[in-house]
Amino acid sequence: MIKDFIDLLRRKSASTALIVGVFVAWELICLLFGISDIVLPRPTQVVGALIQYWPAIMPHAYQTLYTTLTGFGIGVGIGVLLGVIIGSSRLAYDTAYPLLVGFSSIPKVAVVPIFVLWFGAGTVPAILTAMMICIFPVVVNVATGIATVEPELEDVMKTLKASKLDILMNVGLPRAMPYFFASLKVAITLAFVGSVVAETVASNRGIGNMMMIASSSFNVPLVFAGLFVLAGLGVALYAAFSIIEYRTTGWAHRKTDPSAA
Amino acid sequence: MTMQSVAAIPVGDAPPVRTKTFIEFEKASIRYGRGESSVEALTETSLKIAEGDFVALVGPSGCGKSTILKMVGDLLKPTTGHVFVAGREIGATPIRIGMAYQNPTLLPWLSIRENVMLPLKIVPPFRQEFRAKKKGEFRERVDALLEQVGLAGFGDRFPWQLSGGMMQRANLCRALVHDPDLLLLDEPFGALDQFTREELWATMQDLWMSKKLTVLLVTHDLREAAFLANRICVMSARPGRILDDSEVTFARPRTIDMTYEPDFVALNQRLRAMIVGARAAPSLSKAAGAAS
Ligand SMILES: Nc1ncnc2c1ncn2[C@@H]1O[C@H](COP(=O)(O)OP(=O)(O)OP(=O)(O)O)[C@@H](O)[C@H]1O
Ligand SMILES: [Mg+2]
Repeated sequence: MIKDFIDLLRRKSASTALIVGVFVAWELICLLFGISDIVLPRPTQVVGALIQYWPAIMPHAYQTLYTTLTGFGIGVGIGVLLGVIIGSSRLAYDTAYPLLVGFSSIPKVAVVPIFVLWFGAGTVPAILTAMMICIFPVVVNVATGIATVEPELEDVMKTLKASKLDILMNVGLPRAMPYFFASLKVAITLAFVGSVVAETVASNRGIGNMMMIASSSFNVPLVFAGLFVLAGLGVALYAAFSIIEYRTTGWAHRKTDPSAA
Repeated sequence: MTMQSVAAIPVGDAPPVRTKTFIEFEKASIRYGRGESSVEALTETSLKIAEGDFVALVGPSGCGKSTILKMVGDLLKPTTGHVFVAGREIGATPIRIGMAYQNPTLLPWLSIRENVMLPLKIVPPFRQEFRAKKKGEFRERVDALLEQVGLAGFGDRFPWQLSGGMMQRANLCRALVHDPDLLLLDEPFGALDQFTREELWATMQDLWMSKKLTVLLVTHDLREAAFLANRICVMSARPGRILDDSEVTFARPRTIDMTYEPDFVALNQRLRAMIVGARAAPSLSKAAGAAS
């Protein structure tokens, strides 16, 4: 137990030291070369701005979190559905996959104006952009998990006269879970990209919009404060999904530690 | 089809009386793929398997043994000819089948007990009672089966906590838990070391003798075939058909020591010679075809 804890501390301490080191180096380089805060503010200035503007930042952060999570939720829902269909049917795979690839290779910035045209500037385009960006990784991963069920196992199930649904529920879906969670971690970070891009282009709320306004008034520390908030939100959500993943698909990370058995 | 009764020690009395034909291949052929690149895997194969029999299929690699097994399991349809089960075209008769491959394919997210229980969740009539009985009767049923194969107390473990031999035992349990009428085994012991394999032969023999189900075993190991089976069918190289069909009448329960006795060794040698011949044959016939 204690050994485990020390081990954990040692592994975490390395990455903590690296993060702290990067910030210290950033601070020192700025001071040493006298870089103006209009170009690159020092981390301490950014934190200062973060504290100073906190009441103003909060609603924007909340807005971004809201659009991102909503878009992410809808995107994951659609992604799972499509993934299940594509993963369990050869025909659906051959038919839909090329379309999906084409769809996903459209730069998402390019579709924001279309969404604005349809729905007006504001929350909806941000949600839709976040959604669109999430769908692809989820579909691909869920479909892969389901489609790569061992053929021997499929034979065993078929000789038991298991229906497609039986195979999906008992083998395909549980098997796809580790892939699914891996895709969630990718999707949540991408969702932030989508919503912030949309906010930057066409919204009067959200961190993206706040950064636009701050940069046009040369409040660079506030721009960076926005970046910090985004990074913080991204890391927090990533960590949350990692924990859920570990809890639900621990079997995929087969512990070989004899004492864990 | 030749029905020879050559190899074995006559046990005194006549060979056991066969009840009725359970599985019958009637000139069944199968082709994989279409057109130019299609492969004829099986050609006009006829084969009868009696109810409660234990039949082993041996033959050169790629001759269509697994294909026959899949046809019996209703996973593949013959291109021409028929496969009957209990007198009716396959698929028409609802029989229960258990299947085990060399790859144990246990589900890593389920405990051994839950893995073995899986068929009960799918096959009627167990399916309807699954929710009600999974904690009681079914659990006892699985544990009894696990004990029979020497896995008592391992029900709560996960597959990755078991050795290869233990996983294969659990795999056998999964194939048997729903009381199948027919057990299909495709090289189930192929990946195990010799000692584990011999142990599992004995386990398999006990299971067959206690349950009296029909077993069709595909194997590359001639000793295994002769130890376990009542009948051994030797297949030709692709396109496969049955070359030879021999009774094995050694008394049961058979022991590993018996496999070193002269009669047993003679049987193995005869089978081996036949397979070596079958491997050589197709290239000869091709050469002949080219010459003509
Ligand atoms: N899905 C498939 N598509 C095309 N050809 C196949 C397919 N499955 C099997 N074959 C061909 O059919 C022949 C018989 O295959 P099968 O798997 O039945 O052989 P086998 O006797 O089980 O061989 P082994 O002893 O090596 O397992 C092989 O020559 C193989 O090339
Ligand atoms: Mg095979």
